[in-house]
Amino acid sequence: MIAELGLAALWLATALAVLQLVGGILAVRGQGELASLVRPTAIAQGALAGLSFLLLIWLFLVTDLSVKLVAANSHSAKPWIFKLAGAWGNHEGSMLLWVTVMALAGALIALIERRLPEKTLLATLAGQAFVGIGFYAFILFSSNPFERLPTPALEGNGLNPLLQDIGLAFHPPTLYFGYVGLSVAFSFAVGALLTRQVTPDFARAMRPWVLGAWIFLTLGITAGSYWAYYELGWGGWWFWDPVENASLMPWLAATALLHSVSVLAARDALRTWTIMLGVIAFSMSMLGTFLVRSGVLTSVHAFAVDPERGSFILILLAIYIGGALTLFGLRASSISEGERFSVTSREGALVFNNVMLSAILGIVLLGTLYPLLTEAFDVRVSVGPPYFNPAGAIFTIPMLLVMAVGPLLRWRQDSFARIRLPLVLIAVIMLAALALVVILGAYSLLADLGLAIAIGIAIASFLPLRGRNLLRVPLATWGMVIAHFGIAVALFGMASESAFSEEKLAAVNIGESTQVGPWKVQLESVTPVAGPNWTALEGTLQASYDGGEPVELHPQARNFWAPPQETTESQLATRWNGQLYAVIGNEAGQGRWQLRLWWKPFVTFIWYGGLLIALGGLLSLVGRVMSDLKRRQVVRRRQLLEAEAVA
Amino acid sequence: MNRWWLFVPLGIFALFVGLAAYQLTQPKDDFVHSEMIGKKLPQFDLRAATGGKPGTSTADFTDGKPKLLNIWASWCIPCISEAPQLERLQASGVEIVGIAIRDRPEDVERFLASYGNPYSKIGADDLSEVQLELGSSGVPETFVIDGQGTIVYQHIGDIRASDVPMLMEKLQEAAQ
Repeated sequence: MIAELGLAALWLATALAVLQLVGGILAVRGQGELASLVRPTAIAQGALAGLSFLLLIWLFLVTDLSVKLVAANSHSAKPWIFKLAGAWGNHEGSMLLWVTVMALAGALIALIERRLPEKTLLATLAGQAFVGIGFYAFILFSSNPFERLPTPALEGNGLNPLLQDIGLAFHPPTLYFGYVGLSVAFSFAVGALLTRQVTPDFARAMRPWVLGAWIFLTLGITAGSYWAYYELGWGGWWFWDPVENASLMPWLAATALLHSVSVLAARDALRTWTIMLGVIAFSMSMLGTFLVRSGVLTSVHAFAVDPERGSFILILLAIYIGGALTLFGLRASSISEGERFSVTSREGALVFNNVMLSAILGIVLLGTLYPLLTEAFDVRVSVGPPYFNPAGAIFTIPMLLVMAVGPLLRWRQDSFARIRLPLVLIAVIMLAALALVVILGAYSLLADLGLAIAIGIAIASFLPLRGRNLLRVPLATWGMVIAHFGIAVALFGMASESAFSEEKLAAVNIGESTQVGPWKVQLESVTPVAGPNWTALEGTLQASYDGGEPVELHPQARNFWAPPQETTESQLATRWNGQLYAVIGNEAGQGRWQLRLWWKPFVTFIWYGGLLIALGGLLSLVGRVMSDLKRRQVVRRRQLLEAEAVA
Repeated sequence: MNRWWLFVPLGIFALFVGLAAYQLTQPKDDFVHSEMIGKKLPQFDLRAATGGKPGTSTADFTDGKPKLLNIWASWCIPCISEAPQLERLQASGVEIVGIAIRDRPEDVERFLASYGNPYSKIGADDLSEVQLELGSSGVPETFVIDGQGTIVYQHIGDIRASDVPMLMEKLQEAAQ
């Protein structure tokens, strides 16, 4: 009954989405008969999709084994939190989550958005419904989560043990919120193209969605990177794997969009460019989904791969992105040009960085899709760090330098002479830092430049606060300062990891010790241990930093038996200035054990930086929303006063 | 004004869709093909691994008749599970030459007594030298050799019942 109810709610939501699309399009074409229905329809559609997803969660919580999806992905003995996460830890459920979040976002726009011209709003809701219909169709025709089994299963199959990790349970929804937020930006862009109304008000309406999406993407990528670092046991934190790139590309586009939408909101410039980025950012999200689920690229992330689903997503991609880009080609020339500005201005710096971000995006996209291209000619290649790192750096370094200076420039027109003092200060700090790291003995070009630039940006990011009353600085400005500082922190971590990491592969007897960096690590014992579905050899290590109090570490080499899989459970000793990363390997003969140890100075800064960047985004979002609410109140009060005056 | 460049993103996107659609319709071949296929067998001349069967050398594979070359060992557990399949292949007229890796004659004899002896010859490769030259990284592995001593196919891992028809087909192809 519950499953049937969920399916019915989903069909109803689909029907309402069709109504929403038709009503919106008619309104844009000047036939307003259904216009008053569009907002309520969007709200009802959101409610029905939400209901449908809640019912799926219900089925998972009570472990209804007559439902195919529950039987395939859950187990009655699973802790409730993993039952809950099981609802979206599979293809069908995650698609339902996607479409639900999208419908809820549409409902929220319909409920609260009052600034946009009514026509643009209706066109946006029509765009949102148009994208939604494709995903509804995808779910209903090829990935129905509510499908029943002819006979109920006796017990569920359980969830892949590697995925039974609290971080992973919430990692996909985080990225989904990001992707879906970008779908809203996409609908806004399409709506504005349809009505040709690209105004600062439009940018202010779009900005919170872009900011929200960007915060979630930042958190998702940061968490995913940390997971890969400690779980895969290879000591790396980014592998340029297609799936990682699939999450990085929307982030790069969203970062560019975030800045260009700010220019549009503040200065009414970059109209066409903002629209273009709105389309591109969501295209990258959909492209990522396609690459991950179609199996056209081989990745270390094994995902439910299905060429039929791949074809479906490709068709959706062709309709939406192809349609939006065609619309862009036809309409963009009729969007009137925005305000002009000189090269040396805040806008100039933002445009430069937008171009750099787009170039990096292009490089990552090319590197990710290149194997797809060469395979068409039967050549198998794998594109890795030797391509991505230098090619990306060519554009990242100038971008970071401009990022340090840009916030100091004034809008519209400025000169470097006015900010000569801070410019010289930043340059001196960077050169001094560069000299220092070279003296310290790091000779990797990119890492040395990275360290110097990171230190320069860390200081430069606070310069916009110079000479201001800190209590009166707007929250959004604090957001920018903290996000830019976060970039410096993350960059410092990346460069330090690459310049100063020390690695030691040793075969040691019980009781013997070995040295890596400032750490002395002693192997105390190796004992077998067992878990619910694995056995492991667990080493006990005593690690002491610079002769200090020893820390006990327990790295494991685990054998899962269902499905049979060997994993290494690395163990980390975290200090403020870095991490010791320990992995235990096989017996090396004569009672000796392989130990793999890394000392990675300041590696944790990578993820602290990511968190700071997200925090900066959050501050901006709160600041923007609060000032919007305040402005709305002022407008309402003025209207009331005017009404009274008339009376 | 001519704004053709506004369609450039669409053009790039169309290229991608075309490429992806082409790739989706291509059969996905995830199999890693052996580097050894098409190469001649390395030169070797191995003593007998056990009293019961003669040893083997490269010359055994150039008599015009396709054969299977099975790399195995008595200490290898998956080799036990593939023994029935080797017997079936031998029963349908396939000649199987074995190379026992790092083995002792008494262990080889015990293994053959317990799990059957489908081999016409068994050479002993005590230091894995021939195994390494064959590009084999573990036991068991099975090579299909045509009548001129050329490697036609390399099967990594144990032979499952479902692999037998495929191996028969490879042998027939090699005979033509």
